[in-house]
Amino acid sequence: MNAIVDLPKEEISRAGKNIPIYKERGQREVFCGLTGIIWLHRKIQDAFFLVVGSRTCAHLIQSAAGVMIFAEPRFATAIIDDRDLAGIADAHEELDRVVKALLARRPDIKMLFLVGSCPSEVIKLDLSRAAQRLNKEFVNHCRILSYSGSGIETTFTQGEDACLASLVNETPKQAVVAEKNLLVVGCLPDVVEDQFQRLFSELGIERVSFFPPRNSQQKIEIHGNTQYLLAQPFLADTARFIEERGAKRISAPFPFGVEGTTAWLKAAANQWGISSDRFNKVTQARIERAKKSLARYVPMLENKSISFFPDSQLEIPLARFLAQECGMKVLEIGTPYLHKQHLEAELELLPENSRIVEGQDVEKQLDRCRSDKPDIVVCGLGLANPLEAEGITTKWSIELVFSPVHGYEQAADLAELFARPLNRSMRLAA
Amino acid sequence: MQLTLWTYEGPPHIGAMRIATSMTDLHYVLHSPQGDTYADLLFTMIGRSRKRPPVTYTTFQARDLGGDTAQLFKDSVNSAYQRFQPKAMIVGASCTAELIQDDPGGLAKALSLPIPVIPLDLPSYQKKENWGASETFYHIVRSLVAVDKSISAQQFQEKRVASKQEGQKPSCNILGPTALGFRNRDDVQEIQGLLESMGIEVRVVAPLNASVSDLAKIPEADFNVSLYPEISQLTCTWLNKTFGQPFTKTIPIGTKATKDFIREVAQLANLDPEAILASQEERARWYAKSVDSTYLTDKRVFIFGDASHVIAAAKVAAEEIGFKVVGLGTYSREFAREVREAAKSYDVEALITDDYLEVEQKVAELSPDLVLGTQMERHIAKRLGVPCAVISAPVHVQDFPARYSPQMGFEGANVLFDTWIHPLMMGLEEHLIMMFRDDFEFSAKAAPSHLGHGSPVENKRTTDPVSDSAEEQKSTRVNAEVFNGGDPVNLWDAAAEKELGKIPFFVRGKARRNTEKFAVEHGISQITIETLYDAKAHYGR
Repeated sequence: MNAIVDLPKEEISRAGKNIPIYKERGQREVFCGLTGIIWLHRKIQDAFFLVVGSRTCAHLIQSAAGVMIFAEPRFATAIIDDRDLAGIADAHEELDRVVKALLARRPDIKMLFLVGSCPSEVIKLDLSRAAQRLNKEFVNHCRILSYSGSGIETTFTQGEDACLASLVNETPKQAVVAEKNLLVVGCLPDVVEDQFQRLFSELGIERVSFFPPRNSQQKIEIHGNTQYLLAQPFLADTARFIEERGAKRISAPFPFGVEGTTAWLKAAANQWGISSDRFNKVTQARIERAKKSLARYVPMLENKSISFFPDSQLEIPLARFLAQECGMKVLEIGTPYLHKQHLEAELELLPENSRIVEGQDVEKQLDRCRSDKPDIVVCGLGLANPLEAEGITTKWSIELVFSPVHGYEQAADLAELFARPLNRSMRLAA
Repeated sequence: MQLTLWTYEGPPHIGAMRIATSMTDLHYVLHSPQGDTYADLLFTMIGRSRKRPPVTYTTFQARDLGGDTAQLFKDSVNSAYQRFQPKAMIVGASCTAELIQDDPGGLAKALSLPIPVIPLDLPSYQKKENWGASETFYHIVRSLVAVDKSISAQQFQEKRVASKQEGQKPSCNILGPTALGFRNRDDVQEIQGLLESMGIEVRVVAPLNASVSDLAKIPEADFNVSLYPEISQLTCTWLNKTFGQPFTKTIPIGTKATKDFIREVAQLANLDPEAILASQEERARWYAKSVDSTYLTDKRVFIFGDASHVIAAAKVAAEEIGFKVVGLGTYSREFAREVREAAKSYDVEALITDDYLEVEQKVAELSPDLVLGTQMERHIAKRLGVPCAVISAPVHVQDFPARYSPQMGFEGANVLFDTWIHPLMMGLEEHLIMMFRDDFEFSAKAAPSHLGHGSPVENKRTTDPVSDSAEEQKSTRVNAEVFNGGDPVNLWDAAAEKELGKIPFFVRGKARRNTEKFAVEHGISQITIETLYDAKAHYGR
């Protein structure tokens, strides 16, 4: 094999089928954790997200997803100004004033997240203290929580992790319930949740709940007899806090694609002692339907090569799906952060001859990408058009976070997200 | 602390980025935390730029804050210089880096790079995007233009006139157009063409598509055209003070202003404007005069945007189209005085604010027939069911049309006429509705027939603005037709109907049609959730 340009000199470890893992440092072309607010606020329908930050934060959120379709969204920014920095106005007093004005305007809000940003972290504005103070004031009206979505601490989807971790922390400690329950952890579109709910129920797992809940008033059941399944691979802190409550993680690949979904469900079924017969009976028709649906896109993806720029931490499960079920050749899997334990089952399934690069130096990665010449590149919005202009087909990664892509019924949709740009490049090239 | 839902302008370093991205060989090293790279997508997605902005971000994280962020910055400057080989560099801090006080300017200077390195000091907690762009452009020009302090501006001007050769054309620069500016690309083409047709040589256009060496030549021209005062006024004022270069004050938006601009330019260039003024067709003026336009008379219009575009649009609306300006305002606080002044001539009070909610409230209060605004007002107007056209930044991807579509000059006047009139009902159509208003086809609620997007959403507040979108309403109608007047809704059982509601609205109509077609073809009388997914698997997406 030819030497790959600009690859970090030393691999730090290997995983799965002898796949090298490199660590890279440099300019990171990624979103910060504030971006998660875009889907979190849609998920928890009575929650409001107040970023305490700068004009840059406000500008980021409105630009990142082009979300300006909602006239009055359930998120906003309390923009810190010179007076707050100079100490003329006590920042805490100012924040209280803003929160009061906000809640007076939006009495429908039942849960308010104060979201820390780079500037609020650097000036050490203690939002957890602010939340405590405001909670007393708004007791029985609105719960107030805090987490940090700052770029200095969180990369893109880690914002969801921080948010969910704060929710777990705020949940009162619970006594063990005799009957065990299953908690599915990570934001999923409602339609996907309902599909999974039906599957679990048909399997005979009755006590299932999804976290985060759709409504802030819903009680979250976490105790010593809780087993949890991660639906997303980027929830390191959330998982840690859930485990501190005594819950146990069910290790599984993530429910992307037919195989991933089956393995994920199977892992839970095993914990509940569901017989193979019953499991097969429940899943078989769905597996067949999903495979049939997926088969439409496989010919467009088979033997095509793909590279991932680091973005959502979904890269490894997605690479696994595309290699395992769509026959794609995976070149580089960039990921902002690699949680080896949560991804254990996934790493085992990754194909040989791929490489994992944790972290980023965007210029060097672009060099590698140009020399690899993959058929398609998964990257952020800032890079997509410039790469297209260079003749490299791209799939913008943010769509993978915003669209329903988990589970059987979405397996083909997920494949289609990659097939579409390839198909389009081919058509327009003619 | 200020509560902000949407912001009209980004922080000042975005303004600096607009200058750097406009130019061909300038690089910007921005000391900034991870995440600030989002700004790239403004250019690559909204402006559809083929190139990444020439910006290197240090993207420091928490672990770097404990270490040496200053070294990180120096390394970034060095490697950016090595890799991109720019002809000059600007360096500065974003809001977070400003707090850690690493002094990017001093650090970069210490590296002694063989190119000009221009430090920017843009206070993020006080100022905004346009100010940042203006300041950046000014500092770059000041750094790259050689100033001979031994001679006065007047002497410099005299020297320039004296060195002119026989028969040499009068010359000017066009200053102000930038990347991400509203229609700047086409305005430059239009105005450059106009100036050249007058016999004026356009020397330097900057910052858009200018090189570092171009900027050094700015003082050689006879005068400057200050196309976008928000960006160029500061620089033009300095050039005037330093080199005696006069600059234009008229913004050539609308037929009248374009003609005034021609006269102003002719005076600066010592030319006679009459020939060029006489040769114009002025189609926009004729269209406004033609009888179909009678219905435009006194339509009530609300105008909001950056100062220059708002002042110009109000004049066009009132004097060239015959609208009634019922409100106007700007988010450009730096030009509040000029906008207040303009508002007086329409007997209204200017709304000077960057609070989106205040603007929305004003529009709701006035309930105008047309809103001329920014991308933000487009949303306000959509929500309130008021027709709208965009006249100013901030803009969205649809405001970068593939076609030639200037706002300035005579062609710009034609574009204004078309784009402002388009959201309204055509004159004859409005007339017919008045005649046949009891006829269902001419219901007063009917949308203009040339707009295929369905009727404006009713002015009501819904919990989920997505669910009752026009798209969904339309698809329901289509499907009623497919079933020949039958009632297809009965095919669906409640659970399936509910499931369908969870599918994103923009594909929901298609999912409904496909499922029903599938049901009919397979003799299924009741659509269940399973049918929905069977059909989905059958048809694919």
